[in-house]
Amino acid sequence: MNDGVNGVALAVFVFFFVLVTVMGFLAARWRKAENENSLDEWGLGGRSFGTWVTWFLLGGDLYTAYTFVAVPAAIYAAGAAGFFAVPYTILVYPLIFTFLPRLWSVSHRHGYVTTSDFVRGRYGSKGLSLAVALTGILATMPYIALQLVGIQAVLDVMGVGGGESTHWFVKDLPLLVAFGVLAAYTYSSGLRAPALIAFVKDTLIYLVIAVAIIYIPIKLGGFDAIFSAAGEKFSQVNEDTGKPVGSLVPGEAGHWGYATLALGSALALFMYPHSITATLSSRSREVIRRNTTILPLYSLMLGLLALLGFMAIAAGVNVANGQLAIPQLFENMFPAWFAGVAFAAIGIGALVPAAIMSIAAANLFTRNIYKDFLRPDATPAQETKVSKLVSLLVKVGALAFVLTMDKTVAINFQLLGGIWILQTFPALVGGLFTRWFHRWALIGGWAVGMVYGTAAAYGVASPTQKHFGGSSAAIPGIGEIGYIGLTAFVLNIAVTVVLTLVLRALKAPDGVDETSPSDYTADAGDPGVAAKLPPATAGAPGGH
Amino acid sequence: MSTEPGAPDAPAAPEASPPAVTPVRVVIGLCLAAPFVAMLWVGSYAKTDPELFGLPFFYWYQMAWVVISTGLTMVAYTLWRRDQRARTGGASR
Repeated sequence: MNDGVNGVALAVFVFFFVLVTVMGFLAARWRKAENENSLDEWGLGGRSFGTWVTWFLLGGDLYTAYTFVAVPAAIYAAGAAGFFAVPYTILVYPLIFTFLPRLWSVSHRHGYVTTSDFVRGRYGSKGLSLAVALTGILATMPYIALQLVGIQAVLDVMGVGGGESTHWFVKDLPLLVAFGVLAAYTYSSGLRAPALIAFVKDTLIYLVIAVAIIYIPIKLGGFDAIFSAAGEKFSQVNEDTGKPVGSLVPGEAGHWGYATLALGSALALFMYPHSITATLSSRSREVIRRNTTILPLYSLMLGLLALLGFMAIAAGVNVANGQLAIPQLFENMFPAWFAGVAFAAIGIGALVPAAIMSIAAANLFTRNIYKDFLRPDATPAQETKVSKLVSLLVKVGALAFVLTMDKTVAINFQLLGGIWILQTFPALVGGLFTRWFHRWALIGGWAVGMVYGTAAAYGVASPTQKHFGGSSAAIPGIGEIGYIGLTAFVLNIAVTVVLTLVLRALKAPDGVDETSPSDYTADAGDPGVAAKLPPATAGAPGGH
Repeated sequence: MSTEPGAPDAPAAPEASPPAVTPVRVVIGLCLAAPFVAMLWVGSYAKTDPELFGLPFFYWYQMAWVVISTGLTMVAYTLWRRDQRARTGGASR
């Protein structure tokens, strides 16, 4: 990819990497609690984070390195369609404003660590809880793998990724080192490590974006010049499809796709286990609500970042692999030392979410598979130990995934993961507001959504792929092209409602609800919250 | 099942609880719903003109909505807090 190693950029990159590594290990001592052998401590940072830490943590968690690479890459490749990430992140915040505080409250009252904990407690159904947990783990794994792809893109452009001819071990060594270090401090410090590192990550990202959005357009002759260069590129006709390669504004036929992708993604984002882990680590219900009003700052940054895709076109960046477009733009445009800062921002941007995701997946495994099915009498100390080990396993799995399989496999699975995780919405968000849905109906709806979504995505072909070529397909009954995940979600709800009516008519056993209405509005300081966190065993004796 | 505290809240509810739907709550709902209408109606902004600083309308309009929706969520947040405080009679925060 590159003509030799960029020494200065690499030195700056390594400097920041070492800095966050030291911080990662020291984080174990940050706000340390007496009882460190509980999942609340390792997996949720003691549930102690205030508004700003939560803001950095959630921002560092949701806006990942892959986002930074993939969103501009999509714009670089196809134009307007890639910009859906902006309305998507606009819609997320009014949405979570309505339900996330309720989840926080009920989780604090009952000591829930994962969404599946809540689902089990609310519906008294280990089966439904297992379905939610498995979906979460499945959807998270490829997401972690993609963070590695993000780091790889940066290493490639710096010239340390090695060419195709290099021995695989030498080629992948930098990635192995980066991941080994990440795994080690996540193991020792838990959620505190990414929380602390997120400060560095976001500071660097904001700095890089601010500079890029001013400096690069000046060098390229302003936004007028940038967009006319992009318009020219997109009007070229793709030989395979006979259509233009992209557009500056979505055409009539693309409106449904754009809107459904934005809405479906917004609904799905806070179903991901890592989003919930960061949410539950906050100190109070107010922290969550307040964060919905300050998190959009990241969306603004994302919008600006997306524009870099157009700049890459105008700057004449020509890469076969769109993932490399933005790192290459930085290398071409910035002086070497600042390119190093930009690469560090992306690289560290991969470490924070990768750490949180592996913790979240590990918590799901520990709480909802290990404890519910394998060792019901596990002590909090044992839970923590299992979670730590699983967080390692999850990362090794993701690494093996990236190193042994083609990158497109990870991207395909990530695409599927988005469709899958959305299918847990009715059980989780539905459950936060009503107990009307029947637990078996929710399992039925989930299964139908999963099967339909997977099958529909399998059937999407693209010029380069026969299957999983995209996330949009014709919506049955409407005929427009729309996001598969959202279609599956609508189907899921329809099935859930119908089955609930049937099961209620048949008087099928409803399961025991261990929550009470006041649980959903409790805040820190209320009885049963914060002061007395149940020692991770609340609700354990439940049947089913 | 579990022996969580939570029962003490029960008696407070019946006495003179305000209706579930009040004008303030309607406003909160509108603040939260507006971004959905604006963003999902793609036809309303899928055009290049008028440009702003060389940015086609499509792009700057959506970025402007980041700011607008933030403002609306803040209004909703403020109103919600006031509403909650009024309902609990200032007893708990």
